[in-house]
Amino acid sequence: MGPRALLAEIFLRVLHPALLLASLWILLRGHNAPGGGFIGGLLAVAASAAVALTFTAAEARRRLPLPPTPLAALGVLLALLSGLPGVLGGHPFLTHLWFIVPLPVSELPLSTVILFDLGVYLAVWGAVGGFCLSLLAAVEAER
Amino acid sequence: MLVLTPLLVPLATALVCLLLPPAWQQRASLAGALLLPACGLALAGEVVSNGPLTVVAGGWPLPFGIEFAADRLSAALVLVAALMLNVVLLWQAGGSADAAPAAPTLQPLLQGLVAGAGAAFVTADLFNLYVWFELTLICALGLLALRGGLRQLDATLKYFVLNVFGTLLLLAAVALLYAATGQLNFRALGAATAALPAGIALPLLTLLSLAFLIKAAAFPFFAWLPASYHTLPAPLLALFSALLAKIGLYALVRTLGAVFQPAPDLLFAVLGWIAVVSMLSGALGAAYHWDLRRILAFHSISQIGYILLAIALASPAGNAAAILFMLHHSLVKAALILTAALIFHACGHYDLRRVGGLYAGRPGLSLVFLLLALSLIGIPPSSGFWSKFLVVRQTLLQGEYLWAAFALAAGAVTLYSMLKIWLEAFWKPHPDESWRAPANDRLLPAHAALGGLLLLILSFGLLPESWIAYVMAAADSLRGGS
Repeated sequence: MGPRALLAEIFLRVLHPALLLASLWILLRGHNAPGGGFIGGLLAVAASAAVALTFTAAEARRRLPLPPTPLAALGVLLALLSGLPGVLGGHPFLTHLWFIVPLPVSELPLSTVILFDLGVYLAVWGAVGGFCLSLLAAVEAER
Repeated sequence: MLVLTPLLVPLATALVCLLLPPAWQQRASLAGALLLPACGLALAGEVVSNGPLTVVAGGWPLPFGIEFAADRLSAALVLVAALMLNVVLLWQAGGSADAAPAAPTLQPLLQGLVAGAGAAFVTADLFNLYVWFELTLICALGLLALRGGLRQLDATLKYFVLNVFGTLLLLAAVALLYAATGQLNFRALGAATAALPAGIALPLLTLLSLAFLIKAAAFPFFAWLPASYHTLPAPLLALFSALLAKIGLYALVRTLGAVFQPAPDLLFAVLGWIAVVSMLSGALGAAYHWDLRRILAFHSISQIGYILLAIALASPAGNAAAILFMLHHSLVKAALILTAALIFHACGHYDLRRVGGLYAGRPGLSLVFLLLALSLIGIPPSSGFWSKFLVVRQTLLQGEYLWAAFALAAGAVTLYSMLKIWLEAFWKPHPDESWRAPANDRLLPAHAALGGLLLLILSFGLLPESWIAYVMAAADSLRGGS
């Protein structure tokens, strides 16, 4: 391992959670505005890559919620499962349902679409992040 | 929902396997694999009694929604895929006789391959079909590289380059068809293409057929098949040979025989000659080689030629013959590959020059090979006889005497290559005089898998009426009947 990048390490304490929060925000706003699971997932990969570049790929892997392959598999499985509530209601597979929860001030629209989008988010994070970290680990090994 | 089970069941199983610790993967995979034939049977029953089933994902209006549709042809091929998956898992349970290494990626890749094949059989959308080709390609690459030796990686690279070329060609054809018609849904695409001028439709359909021919391993695009298949463990080889080229052939039957019919005559005339050269080159390649797996791989190309010939006849009876031949070839070739694995287990080699003495050492295996080889050659009453009979009879009925003559000639060369295996592996004494057939330890699952497959093949040969009636009805419903 090369010399430590102290400034980057300290900056990353803020940057890493900020990037992850931003990725979640982009995931959620994707319903009615530009964004969504795919682009949110890519931003989460950027957060992992930032950790890998500052510290090591192994450290970035440790900070993932699951190892990359199960993470991607969980994502695709969530997307599959999001199609099933519609089937139980007698609609074709992947027909999405909405539930409007009334709140005192406003109302909270919940849907099975968010489950699908969350699945895409995790699949992208796991798959692209897995590739990215493997490549960075190979680069580290060459140094 | 039933229409989607050939995709959803194996895909969900693959994903669950990825989330489970390795010790649980095999059980989860087996549970998914056992569910799949039940879904296939339910699908077939529903299709036979109530006609084709369709569902549009998300309930979006056509032609924008992605439609899935299953008819008799889809249901039959889904059942073959489900059966082969179970055969492979049963074979793996013994762990001997050239089984695949129990890598943590084995079960997800197996299930993913079957998911891709099953989904390709039930999709009714051209772009979606391309997606499933990609899924099968990726899983096949993973399985090819599983053993990780230099020979396997070399085979994986060859398989990858040639197949990716076919897949990209397919993507280009899909894009051009979409540019010309604005449609991807099979029914809408068929209607829109019929309205195109012939000067535009012919090149587009030629490009599409070319992509499928590469996937189907037809002459002169078959190089990927003999370059890669012989490096696979036997159960995976059986699965590959039963499913991979079949997806290309299925896509040809579906597009030329149903979606774009009537396709241009020129296309079928060229296809007929491609079929003839495939039959002959495959049979000659099989006659030349000494490695059992190479003989069987080359022989597949010859059999693919027969299926292409039946498709080239461009008639419902021709399509019926093609479907019957696909079912026959998937089952018999897989069973022969598993028999070859048992020869390997007994003698330690796939090379015919280094094996022998099995007629005395393994009389049961000799009988199994004899039955399967006779079926492959087409001796009555066997599944191969009925399949070849339908193809050649329809070729003669449509006045293509030259094609029929070549088909019979290729059959004679097949007889030679099967005779070679029989003489070398079974009849001649083992080259090493101190050789004794090893004990049949841990072979019970393998024997059960092969036995089950053999029973099905025998019932096909002895009771062909219901099989032939089924494929006739399948070919009729391809053209928009029920």
